[in-house]
Amino acid sequence: MATPMNIHYVAHLARLALAPEEERHLGAQLGHVLGYIEKLKEVDVSQVEPTAHAVPLLNVTRPDAVRPSLPHEDALRNAPAELNGLFRVPKIVE
Amino acid sequence: MLNSLTIAELGAMLSRRECSAREATQSCLDRITAVDGRIHAFLSLDAADALAQADAADARLAARERGPLLGVPVAVKDVLAVKGQPLRCGSKILGKFVSPYDATVIERLRAAGAVVFGRLNMDEFAMGSSTENSAFGPTFNPWDTSRIPGGSSGGSAAAVVADEAIATLGSDTGGSVRQPAALCGCVGLKPTYGRVSRYGLVAFASSLDQIGSCTKTARDAATILGVIGGHDPRDSTSVPEPAPDFAAGLDGGIRGLKLGLPKEYFIGGLDAEVKSAVDTAVKQLESLGAEVREISLPHTEYAIATYYIIATAEASANLARFDGVRYGARVDGADPIEMYCRTRGAGFGAEVKRRIILGTYVLSSGYHDAYYLRAQKVRTLIRRDFLDAFEQVDAIVTPVTPAAAFKVGEKCEDPLQMYLFDVFTLSCNLAGICGISVPCGFTSAPKLPIGLQLLGKPMGEATLLRIAHAYEQSTPWHREKPPLPS
Repeated sequence: MATPMNIHYVAHLARLALAPEEERHLGAQLGHVLGYIEKLKEVDVSQVEPTAHAVPLLNVTRPDAVRPSLPHEDALRNAPAELNGLFRVPKIVE
Repeated sequence: MLNSLTIAELGAMLSRRECSAREATQSCLDRITAVDGRIHAFLSLDAADALAQADAADARLAARERGPLLGVPVAVKDVLAVKGQPLRCGSKILGKFVSPYDATVIERLRAAGAVVFGRLNMDEFAMGSSTENSAFGPTFNPWDTSRIPGGSSGGSAAAVVADEAIATLGSDTGGSVRQPAALCGCVGLKPTYGRVSRYGLVAFASSLDQIGSCTKTARDAATILGVIGGHDPRDSTSVPEPAPDFAAGLDGGIRGLKLGLPKEYFIGGLDAEVKSAVDTAVKQLESLGAEVREISLPHTEYAIATYYIIATAEASANLARFDGVRYGARVDGADPIEMYCRTRGAGFGAEVKRRIILGTYVLSSGYHDAYYLRAQKVRTLIRRDFLDAFEQVDAIVTPVTPAAAFKVGEKCEDPLQMYLFDVFTLSCNLAGICGISVPCGFTSAPKLPIGLQLLGKPMGEATLLRIAHAYEQSTPWHREKPPLPS
């Protein structure tokens, strides 16, 4: 059986604020799901390479040339807060 | 009514100037006004913009330009960027986001003269199997509005079946086009990974996501794929191959084609009426000249576990971008970390939170090898099963879902039961192959659609479409319409 997940810790890693009630509820539901995915332990994968991607494309590059990109004002148009043409966020360092 | 036509039928009328693109578009808009209060396939609609596009298409038609999509109204899932239109992915976290550019598929539809309109409802960030996870309320199945339409592209399938659009685009990460197409009764195509550019598709699980279509016929699916498929340098996973003319070979018949029935897909848990409809469809394919044989995909029973590790891991990384900094909703905090946590806690719904937590966990230090790396290895075995099978057969035939559409609310509190409903569609995405769902019958009481799934080789859409078309030509199912007021 899987080690019970520390929801509070994982939620912090994911930068996700959860109410205590949500933590309890998600914890119970994810317990079932984790129990189910334990089933993969049955498979012998000792001689198997992982697949990250189903299409064998490697090192896709484009010419290193200057091209038009999204205009500055369009990139800022959806910003929740902006100042002087920049994204405004809470103070990071004192 | 123009809104109930197929692309092929409407396209023929438009090219003969027997109707205008404006009339066709207005007919869809009128239908939406009449029935969408009950279906809720659309989250929003810009009627003036749609009619302006229709007028532009009429001008091109008047100038003697012709094309299979010129003037045809096509509606779009709320996960694709359409310049100047809202993009919310069925979520609150995107706030009042308006797309600053067109997705590649939208550019290509526009170049072909399609009238691109509407934002179709979906499970939040395409995570779900019923469209109940939309932050804006569920979509309802046109055949029985007490039931779910499937998901995550529930709006895309329901809109086509309710004749609110001629065709629609959706996205398919684990069955999200094929499954709602089966439950609503239309044709759902998931192209091969890399066939269609994902540029402008909001990412859920990048190694599994692919844009697909919901249409009234296999021929229409071929037409859409011919327009949206093909290489795009803006998506580095797009395969550098031009899209062939998928409609050209449709009438070739299926005599001599070898079809495989995977024995692992016809076991316990399959609803008796679904099994019977699929068995009958297989006999029909045989009578059309196909050779049917049993095959084995031995790692099938591990697909769901593999999928929910890989998809959630990729989702947890992809959804990190929704942090309240550059776009979307923001909940303020004393410092950036508190702002991220509060924004995400308030903006994401329960299923998205579950998957972010699971995905973060399987990637976290100490668990990565046991879960994520192991799942990637099992993925290799699942993919190998399919490639081995395609040494013996041209396509694989299976049910799409274990049962017909369930009731709204029935599986909401049990995520695992919801995940198990995707058992037949997930492997296709893990293997990166193509798949199509076509209507193959109905349950008796209540009358609900049943789907047949065909799975094909990488880049083998032409063969799948030919089989689907041959089947469709010899059966009545795709012509049946749900009991909605006209």
